Amino acid sequence: MAYGDRYEMVCGIETHAEMATKTKIFCACSTEFGAEQNTHVCPVCLGLPGTLPVLNREAVNLAIKAGLALNCEIATVSKFDRKNYYYPDLPKNYQTSQFDLPIAKNGWLEITTDAGGGKRVGITRAHMEEDAGKLVHSGETITTSSAGSSVDYNRAGVPLLEIVSEPDLRSPEEALAYLTSLVRILDYAGVSDCKLEQGSVRFDVNLSLRPKGRADLGTRTEMKNLNSLSAVRRCLEYEAERQAGVLDGGGQIIQETRTWDEGREMTLSLRSKEEAHDYRYFPEPDLMPLRISPAWVESMRRALPELPEARRERLIGLGLSPYDAGVIIADKDLALYFDEALKTGPDVKTLANWLTSELYGLLNARGESLAACLIKPAALAALVNLIKQGAISGKMGKTVLEMMASTGRDPEDIVRAEKMTQISDAAELSALVDEVLANNPKSADDYRGGKEQALGFLVGQVMRLTKGQANPALVNRILKEKLN
Amino acid sequence: MDIRLSECSVAELGRLLRGRELSAAELTEYYLERIERLDPAVRAYISVLADKARIRAREMDALLSAGAGGPLTGVPAALKDNICLAGAVTTCASKALANFRPPYSATAAEKLLHAGAVVLGKLNMDEFAMGSSTEYSAFFPTHNPWDLARVPGGSSGGAAAAVAAGTAPYAIGSDTGGSIRQPASFCGVVGMKPTYGAVSRYGLVAFASSLDQIGPLTRTVADNALVLTAIAGHDPKDSTSAPNEPGDYSAGLEEGARGLKIGLPKEFFREGLAPGVEKVIRDSARRLESLGAEVGECSLPHMDHAIAAYYLIAPAECSSNLARYDGVRYGLRAPAADVIDMFQASRSAGFGPEVKRRIMLGTYALSAGYYDAYYLQAQKLRTLIRQDYERVFAEYDVILSPTAPTAAYRFGEMSDPLSMYMGDIYTIPVNLAGLPAISLPAGLTDGMPVGVQFIGRHFEEALLYQAAFALEQSVAFTERPALTEVD
Repeated sequence: MAYGDRYEMVCGIETHAEMATKTKIFCACSTEFGAEQNTHVCPVCLGLPGTLPVLNREAVNLAIKAGLALNCEIATVSKFDRKNYYYPDLPKNYQTSQFDLPIAKNGWLEITTDAGGGKRVGITRAHMEEDAGKLVHSGETITTSSAGSSVDYNRAGVPLLEIVSEPDLRSPEEALAYLTSLVRILDYAGVSDCKLEQGSVRFDVNLSLRPKGRADLGTRTEMKNLNSLSAVRRCLEYEAERQAGVLDGGGQIIQETRTWDEGREMTLSLRSKEEAHDYRYFPEPDLMPLRISPAWVESMRRALPELPEARRERLIGLGLSPYDAGVIIADKDLALYFDEALKTGPDVKTLANWLTSELYGLLNARGESLAACLIKPAALAALVNLIKQGAISGKMGKTVLEMMASTGRDPEDIVRAEKMTQISDAAELSALVDEVLANNPKSADDYRGGKEQALGFLVGQVMRLTKGQANPALVNRILKEKLN
Repeated sequence: MDIRLSECSVAELGRLLRGRELSAAELTEYYLERIERLDPAVRAYISVLADKARIRAREMDALLSAGAGGPLTGVPAALKDNICLAGAVTTCASKALANFRPPYSATAAEKLLHAGAVVLGKLNMDEFAMGSSTEYSAFFPTHNPWDLARVPGGSSGGAAAAVAAGTAPYAIGSDTGGSIRQPASFCGVVGMKPTYGAVSRYGLVAFASSLDQIGPLTRTVADNALVLTAIAGHDPKDSTSAPNEPGDYSAGLEEGARGLKIGLPKEFFREGLAPGVEKVIRDSARRLESLGAEVGECSLPHMDHAIAAYYLIAPAECSSNLARYDGVRYGLRAPAADVIDMFQASRSAGFGPEVKRRIMLGTYALSAGYYDAYYLQAQKLRTLIRQDYERVFAEYDVILSPTAPTAAYRFGEMSDPLSMYMGDIYTIPVNLAGLPAISLPAGLTDGMPVGVQFIGRHFEEALLYQAAFALEQSVAFTERPALTEVD
């Protein structure tokens, strides 16, 4: 019996997103991913004695933008605090974070629920902090690595934005809708690349159950460091069933931190509330309080690009179906590509169709990304124009698209070089139709006798004569005129 | 040469060098020889950078011969061993950093090098600047040049002793609760704790970040102003460094004490103040009056709570600042079975008793359930103390006070930590308020020097130098430790 028959899920999520700055939050080291171990480090991010942090203003800019994009209040005075705990990947054995004066609070974002309606999910707060380094173990964990562990501090000091949601999520699906929407907003706003596969976004989820219809909250557990949306979904499903099992058996949920074991697809107890860290937060004395003027906030508001929901509305206004608009805005690269292609004025719906089904299908088949695709937006628009004007058929278009993807050539060049121009001259086609009818009198009779499929054969004969260049719709019409 | 070089002021040495009556190489040799002769008894130096100093001196001579260089070019100096100097071992007098060689220099050290200083070596201190006698150095105690059976004060004990013994023309120290001024008082030299933010803290190994300040120890007030002018100023690498550009601290030096309004805090003249020290302060007040200053009694009502507030805030910050010495990246790593063991073993072996005491105090003060009662209360007191000073400074230009309640005591005499903490009663409130203060020798008690302290408004170091210079000229403190007479 599924937990959902008896219990309601109450879930809140903390999202840690790496901000898209070029340099780290407190020093000038590069944030580039994938560099050789310990090459993007300096005395400051290694926490060497006597070094001091200097706040990266761009990180604050991005945090303000994120706050605005998530409908938050931006603090006029914000500050940093030290979160003290010992771990070898933490160079100073404290993390510079924000405790009681986060840069943004009291926001929301809208999701579409399972039932199809809209729902606001509250954003409690968003705050800036520094990332830690990365441990590389010779064994499975730090305590079982007999041959030792090494630490890569390239990531230490990369700016993170932690976004804390209210416990407003009621199902794994809602959690997924929230995260999808959140990640998309951060991506659009330029706050984070949200490259989940590179670990640039990580999630901590809090979950409790309560009997349906009850308003008070049950005891929650926290699952830390999930690194994909699918892991969040599977973790929530597992943990909800586990809690339901405990509650059904008359047991009590222990407030604790658990870990998601990806291999075993289950959550495991990490530490109880009693064993929880005391982080001994106190104000970071090496940084001055951050004063954020209304003018600063306004300049960030003006610099904020069009966000996904506004873009969806605009695309629908241009005549796209809500479905097509949804497909396009789901991916920032796709949306930007679409806008770029629109500049040369192709038919909006045809463009949407060719982008979302033909080009995307082709890229999938070729295993390519849109970013790496040789077909530039203007070239796709040109192809759409050729088809819409009838210069080539849709079928030819697909062939041209493939050639464009392989060579990066313009569609006009391909059509000209391959002599793929469609014959849409009625007089020329009429003569060819006459020739086909003269050579196939039986088929003509069959059609007249009511065999509709004979028409297809006759169209095919015209296409064969023209090596496929005849405009099929026009051939169809001329044939019908002559046969009737 | 018939001049006693160890008696020359920094300014005089600079003039001799620029006039090419003396080469930087000769002067450096002179000081290296003095260190070799006198330091085995005083033990002010943790490391002597003889080879580097000789090379540097020749470079400065080349500059000077070309007619370049300023007042400090070619003049030797020494740094407290918590101030990073690229390539030189910087120990903080701790086993934890016994072999730590920073790849960078403190901004203050860089500024000194830019001004042409020849660094002779690194100076002893209480471990991580925690202590008031230099007895808490993990390596060896430093002795007071006036009486080798006595402590030089601390934590910049090596710096004060080197200047007093004439084994460095001047030294750079750091002051978190009196660590420049108290040893300056014990050793009969001039020590300035500048306004918080006046000198960059970049490269100063942190003890308590909101209180630490770098400052000069010199034999004269004028020298002190000269050195502070070289090291002060905004540093983009230190977010807490003040944006205002400092002027020339020497400019108003000779303007005298006439018309200065000087406050004597009545709370500073109660039990605990040694009569010999009080006499020197009262004498100084009378001298200043005779020079035309107006001296009146003022009140700092919250001073009784300053020590309590300090011993919550400073340890709290220290417990966090010293967390990084875990053996993972640099410094002492003790052999251990696993990583947690390594943290514990490295820190147990690396830190001495006073450092451990303060880490425990600070960890406790910041713990869940105690934060509001301790750390937050201490911060409120800090505000009240700052307001006390603001009220006084609405009426007075500077405050005159003792630097320390006693003159230098004998080794082992201050074995109880609480008594040692009480010795900082006149200096600690100044750090809590972020104010500048200077200590200068103004007399002797039982043959030991006694310093008096001037405290000023934020960024009014120039006025402190003016008042201190006037008193210095009047007192004409010419006594020197017997030890230095061996020249």
